[in-house]
Amino acid sequence: MLELCLQHRQGSFDVDVDITMPGSGVTALFGHSGSGKTTLLRMLAGLDRPDRGRVVLNERTFVDTERGIFISPHQRRLGVVFQEARLFPHYRVRSNLTYARRITRGEAFDRVVSLLGIESLLDRMPGALSGGEARRVAIGRALLAEPDMLLMDEPLTGLDGARKQELLDYILRLTREIDLPILLISHDPEELMAVAEQLVVLDQGHVVASDRLETLLSRGDMTPWLGGFEASSLLQARVISHDHHYHATRLTLDDGQRLTLPLLAQPKGSALRVRVRRRDVAIALSPQENSSVRNQLEAVIFSITPGAPGTLEVTLTLGRQQLSSRITLEAGEALGLKPGMTVIALIRSVSLAG
Amino acid sequence: MLTPLEIEALQISLQVSGTALLIILVPGIAMAWLLARHEFVGKSLLDGIVHLPLVLPPVVVGYLLLIVMGRRGLVGGWLFEHLGLSLPFTWQGAALAGGVMAFPLLVRAVRLSLEAVDPRLEAAARTLGASRLRVFFTITLPLAVPGLVTGAVLAFARALSEFGATITFASNIPGETRTLPLALYSLIQTPGMEDAAARLCVISVVVAMASLVASEWLARRTRRRMAGRDRGAP
Repeated sequence: MLELCLQHRQGSFDVDVDITMPGSGVTALFGHSGSGKTTLLRMLAGLDRPDRGRVVLNERTFVDTERGIFISPHQRRLGVVFQEARLFPHYRVRSNLTYARRITRGEAFDRVVSLLGIESLLDRMPGALSGGEARRVAIGRALLAEPDMLLMDEPLTGLDGARKQELLDYILRLTREIDLPILLISHDPEELMAVAEQLVVLDQGHVVASDRLETLLSRGDMTPWLGGFEASSLLQARVISHDHHYHATRLTLDDGQRLTLPLLAQPKGSALRVRVRRRDVAIALSPQENSSVRNQLEAVIFSITPGAPGTLEVTLTLGRQQLSSRITLEAGEALGLKPGMTVIALIRSVSLAG
Repeated sequence: MLTPLEIEALQISLQVSGTALLIILVPGIAMAWLLARHEFVGKSLLDGIVHLPLVLPPVVVGYLLLIVMGRRGLVGGWLFEHLGLSLPFTWQGAALAGGVMAFPLLVRAVRLSLEAVDPRLEAAARTLGASRLRVFFTITLPLAVPGLVTGAVLAFARALSEFGATITFASNIPGETRTLPLALYSLIQTPGMEDAAARLCVISVVVAMASLVASEWLARRTRRRMAGRDRGAP
């Protein structure tokens, strides 16, 4: 459990937040530049002192201005990956990785190094690394400090498309293979869709919303914050096969139902997240055999709430996952939809998240 | 090749300047760090005092040294009484005079390079569990090495060329405090020694040039290593 309750004034910029985040999984702090994300990270890491407030991570109090507590940054055991890699230019990659003097060799060291794909860089000087390589080393350096939490400040900013995807894949592997709470700072909705579970939306130093990503995505009022991402659902899926003839990839959901996407690069067996926009989900009472919509999923209506005038927001459950749909009020009444009914969700379009 | 007199002057010069550098190295780095990374009341005053030897006539510095460090001086008296140490008219005294004169040059160079060290790297090191002390010795100081080398060589060269403060505080004693400049001065004062004077002049130029070239080479080597082109151990 991470508790950030801070009031701070910097020039004309005010930060006033009171956030509680889970002590596990990936939490994203999201906001436009100047929303106070980095200020919060610096205070959590102990690089800045708040005017007033408390910072508590899993019962360890880092800051409590009322009780006069301030733990030095080097005693907080937080791994920080800064926006710029901040590698020490006078040490080799290996010495950078072991700077924290926690894990310096052995199996744990090798595991992090191979997870990040930096084996061949160990003897290089940081000046000779590319941007993506440097970021990976920076992540490794933070991990090898055995932190209680990993903080990442815009880890993908400034990388080109291919490098970005590559690093994102490494971060995804990290979140799956290492059980470490991660706080990710980002202004890029795509990054969030790919990795975040919990989302805190910040604006001008204040919290706009803080909830599970799926919940916030399905909230229409979040649309302006989450950029071009319209209200949508995220589904966990696994790649089962690639069909090169139809240029398609078949996925399976946790309840065994199948989804087909345009051919993906992810190997067979890899877990991924797909995004389905609310308006791309239609509802039918029975499977549609004479339809061009190939992705048809059996689902149970969980709830029906009125949306914008003339529309209904329908929440469906698919196994343990949820899918939102927006239909017209007229269609809803004509079909006689009620919570608990089993229906067919017709998915017109689905894309890979992130 | 070199006459015994030249060798003696050269030896004394190197010994005096080397010792001068050793005396001021640690205080110089500490002072530079204080001025580069801290804000406090009286900082401008301290900065001014540090720079005084640069602008004062060296004779004045030598005179002040006599007053403070002489046998009846504030500090010198204590040293003589308790440690039996007497600095005036000794080569150690010449080293002190050279050190004091070179101090501002060392502080300036080190301060500039400390200010150029990216504080974000220091912050990163802190988050990796390094105390302030460890950050200073593993990040700040090593990154300031190019400036430190330049500063040290400048200070060494300044101590080599020191004349006024040395002759005032340590006098011009053959075989003890007669450094290259003092030996040159003595030769110029002696009729018929023009050739010997010219030789000493050439030696002075060669020593000064050699130290500057060495500093440039060291600084370039450090920069190259950080750019990742060198294969040597870090």
